[in-house]
Amino acid sequence: MNTIASLGIGEIGYISEGALEHIPLKLLEMGCLPGAEVELIQIAPLKDPIYICVNGSHLAIRKETASQIQILKS
Amino acid sequence: MAKNDIKVALIGNPNTGKTSLFNQLTGLTQKVGNYPGVTVDKKKGTCKLSATQNAVITDLPGTYSINPTSIDESIVLKTLLKKDIKESPDVILVVADVENLKRNLLLFSQIKDLEIPTVLAINMVDQMSRKGISIDLTALKEELNTEVVLISARKNQGIKNVKDAIIKCHVAAKASPMCDANYKIDPEYFDKLKAINPNFSLYELWLMVTQKNFPAAISKKEKAQLLSFNKDVSRLKKYQHKETIYRYQEINKVLKKTYIVDKSKATDLRSKLDKVFTHKIFGYLIFFAVLLLIFQSIFDWSSLPMDLIDTTFAELSDFARNNLPMGILSDLIVEGIIPGIGGVIIFIPQIAILFLFIAVLEETGYMSRVVFLMDKIMRRYGMNGKSIIPLISGTACAIPAIMATRTISSWKERLITILVVPFTTCSARLPVYTILISLIIPNTKIFGFYNLQAFTLLMLYALGFVTAILAAYILQKTLKIKSNSFFVVEMPNYKLPSIKNVAFDVLEKTKAFVFGAGKIILALSVVLWFLASNGPSSFKNAEENVTNNIENRQLSATELQQKIGSVKLENSYIGIMGKSIEPAIKPLGYDWKVGIALITSFAAREVFVGTLATIYSVEAEDENTTTIKEKMRSEINPDTGKQRFNFPAGMSLLVFYAFAMQCMATLAIVKRETKTWKWPLIQLFGMTGLAYICSLIVYQILS
Repeated sequence: MNTIASLGIGEIGYISEGALEHIPLKLLEMGCLPGAEVELIQIAPLKDPIYICVNGSHLAIRKETASQIQILKS
Repeated sequence: MAKNDIKVALIGNPNTGKTSLFNQLTGLTQKVGNYPGVTVDKKKGTCKLSATQNAVITDLPGTYSINPTSIDESIVLKTLLKKDIKESPDVILVVADVENLKRNLLLFSQIKDLEIPTVLAINMVDQMSRKGISIDLTALKEELNTEVVLISARKNQGIKNVKDAIIKCHVAAKASPMCDANYKIDPEYFDKLKAINPNFSLYELWLMVTQKNFPAAISKKEKAQLLSFNKDVSRLKKYQHKETIYRYQEINKVLKKTYIVDKSKATDLRSKLDKVFTHKIFGYLIFFAVLLLIFQSIFDWSSLPMDLIDTTFAELSDFARNNLPMGILSDLIVEGIIPGIGGVIIFIPQIAILFLFIAVLEETGYMSRVVFLMDKIMRRYGMNGKSIIPLISGTACAIPAIMATRTISSWKERLITILVVPFTTCSARLPVYTILISLIIPNTKIFGFYNLQAFTLLMLYALGFVTAILAAYILQKTLKIKSNSFFVVEMPNYKLPSIKNVAFDVLEKTKAFVFGAGKIILALSVVLWFLASNGPSSFKNAEENVTNNIENRQLSATELQQKIGSVKLENSYIGIMGKSIEPAIKPLGYDWKVGIALITSFAAREVFVGTLATIYSVEAEDENTTTIKEKMRSEINPDTGKQRFNFPAGMSLLVFYAFAMQCMATLAIVKRETKTWKWPLIQLFGMTGLAYICSLIVYQILS
């Protein structure tokens, strides 16, 4: 199963429609919507957190959260 | 505030230039509640909208949504929901970043649904052509059914239009919801909700249900009805998710018609800088270099103004002593008030420099990268990447640092951060450190270039940080608090800091420190002077007793005066207090005079130097005022015949001040933020106990 956490640096994925209930409300409000394109920009030196760009928002989230959000890899 | 002033609330996502707009609108009329004791949540200022109309503008904390996940954001919800309180806004001014309009409109859509007149100010429009963005303003106004203005707050463009729009919006007083998202989700469910109290908009009722936050106008019965909606948690959650999706759908529809972005024009400065600042080696090296630069600057840039302030106040005391008529009032001014004020003023250079650096780091967007770099490390110690900001600002003052923890959404991580912040070396410790270091550490170079005194100070900073981290680790293992740790940080665009914003920030925080902590320090120095210049009968008879004592017949007139002075001090109220704790502190290498300074330091650490200054000048009774450092150097320990502030005693004091919890203002703020006396008391006894044990060990080993 692919999640945001399984992206490599520079890789792009699309949030699955089925992921909705696993996305925390706060992330949803910040633009992390089903169907949206997610790009992994950077992984922190200690492998966590990760730095993503989704719907024009540049966000740092923890791997723990990222691994709950399913994506389709392009 | 005049009665017909329009009350405006300024709201927006973080990093949208909200503060810039606030500064442009209100200028120097800004007021902030002073700490300690009063909230700094709300910044207010007045603004002249037109020749006849003024507005009172409240700057609310930055938030992405009305649904709060941190204390900071819940202030926004409370202000908007409680229409019944005087503070409730007539008009809401939403600031949005042109580059990230879609996400910014989510907050706008929520606010619009509260049915309060709303103005949308789209900021940073000077960047539009560079980023390839174009907006159809007329269409956007129509689609959003509200006043929309394009501005560039930093360049002071479009501010007049904002003022006009506020008036227009206030006069029209029309406020229709934007989405009414909820009806589309489940009309039957929401009809029932709306029926509870038709005076409120549906979205307001919905927020009351989801956030359990009720205005006073809601009756007990209605509250119970609203709470019954809260039973089915999974349904609530599902509807909240659906609502957000629906809002974005509506926003996309609007933007499709009004907003075009040509992505080929986007520049990649951000990604280039990110590669360096978040690099696994360079990232940390740069952060470390920044910290070193800050600490070096505090020391280098502030030493000149601080020396200047020190000597100015010594001269001022001299001048007052020579020119005022003799008497109690003159004594109070010369020995109490002037040194007291000097003790506050002397901090300004260091505090201002620290706040300057912190403001610049936040303004440029670099601080978010530090949070990103540090999150994993901080988490290991039970904190959060965001804890790094309080820990750094704690080097200026623990009070704003503890306020800065409000952005941390996990209670456990926030509590641990609050509890360990006072270990970081705040600027109140600096004068104590500076004076002790100059007395016990030689002014030589090590490794050929690094000043040994500066190095010692750096080590004390390191000691503070390391202790904070270790304490956090222990707390993480021992505190049995369950709270889910959720972390999301926006990485804003890099920006050059705005001089106006930085200047206002530094001015505001320094002012708050001087007037907040300053009051306590000044009051204490007056109390202290009183306690040192009065005493029971043994004090009053001191002069007679000393003069009549046969042993003292040999003394010269000056020596006799000195003897009288010290006997008087010993028998004054404060001397008695110092004497009574002397047995406890003797093993640490201190005498009763240092004991007095320790007692007063529990109000605020910086009082240490001022206390000793007062004690020695009351004692000296001579006309020539020397600087406090010279007085301390010439102080002799009668037991050993050596200097009182020798190496072992000095080191022991340094350690004591590094660990002990000596700041009433901090304790008060911790009580306010944690809502119980439990945590400040744990800090007071835990930290001070640690200080006692460590100082004891240090003194016993070294002497």
